[in-house]
Amino acid sequence: MIDTTLLWIVIFGLGVGSFLLRFTFLGFVGDRPLPEWLLRHLRYTAVAILPALVTPLVVFSGENGSTDPTRIAAAIVTLAVGMWTKNVFLAIGAGAATLLALVYGLV
Amino acid sequence: MSSTTTKSAYLAGVRDGAPFVAVAGPFAALFGVLATEAGLSVFEVMSFSLVVIAGAAQFTALQLMQDEAPTIIVLMSALAVNLRVAMYSAALTPYLGGAPLWQRIFAAYLLVDQSYALSHAKFEATPELSVPQRMAYYFGTCTLVMIVWFAGSYAGAALGTALPPDVPLDFALPIAFLSMVAPMLRTMPHVIAAFVAVVVSLLAVNVPYSMGLIVAGMAGMIAGAQTELWLKRRAA
Repeated sequence: MIDTTLLWIVIFGLGVGSFLLRFTFLGFVGDRPLPEWLLRHLRYTAVAILPALVTPLVVFSGENGSTDPTRIAAAIVTLAVGMWTKNVFLAIGAGAATLLALVYGLV
Repeated sequence: MSSTTTKSAYLAGVRDGAPFVAVAGPFAALFGVLATEAGLSVFEVMSFSLVVIAGAAQFTALQLMQDEAPTIIVLMSALAVNLRVAMYSAALTPYLGGAPLWQRIFAAYLLVDQSYALSHAKFEATPELSVPQRMAYYFGTCTLVMIVWFAGSYAGAALGTALPPDVPLDFALPIAFLSMVAPMLRTMPHVIAAFVAVVVSLLAVNVPYSMGLIVAGMAGMIAGAQTELWLKRRAA
């Protein structure tokens, strides 16, 4: 069981830390121009960080970090529909439908 | 700049943010369920979601606390998972940096994957928007997601362990993130940035305390920037 004091230290520590991470540039830098090399890297933040976050979750999604073909299939369908339609909602729907169909053995 | 255009920018943000309700809701509920199973009270779950607003970081912290990791490791790992919001903050600064401080404080508090991804794409595609219109759009993208985030956390915590154990809610996060990334892969540098990030994230999967994520993200960003430069030089 999680210790209550430690829990509140984590909640407040994460709250303050997350706010500072979010505020650093917006708050302290303001509208001063950022250097071109920095902007060039920032253009690729989301397309780099999100796949880096999601890939291990997809590849090691089974029990005890094994590979689960069901979840791999759902991930591939989500990505394919998203790239094809450029529609986030359709991609989520297709991915979730694939996962549920495979998990509950409807296919 | 009339108030009508600010209002329509806000409503456009609300509209564009609406699909993410289907994602943020189950995801927040999943956190509520898992946190309750780990022994947190409803009040503790709600405080967590209200103070931190970072799904991946909250799951990381919850997992590590259950593993009885040292508190400093819990904080460092969860903040490392959340380090991307600092990059989002930097990426939005050229567009929102001119807004009043109090607005930037609220914008910072509400900075999540969805508000960043939608707003950055919008600001890039429509450079003629004024700063107040951009802020209005940004807060629009946050509105429904935040309501559903808090409501979902509460529902999950109240529901607790009543859910059937075989519902595959664990995969809501990957599906959400993939659906967000797919439409962004529109140029070669974007595709290469994503590809390099994927490869490095797998190579770095055993790097302790979630630092592999940061390494892979930076590798992807460098790869994207270098590809862009290379294409520019070749065209010149």
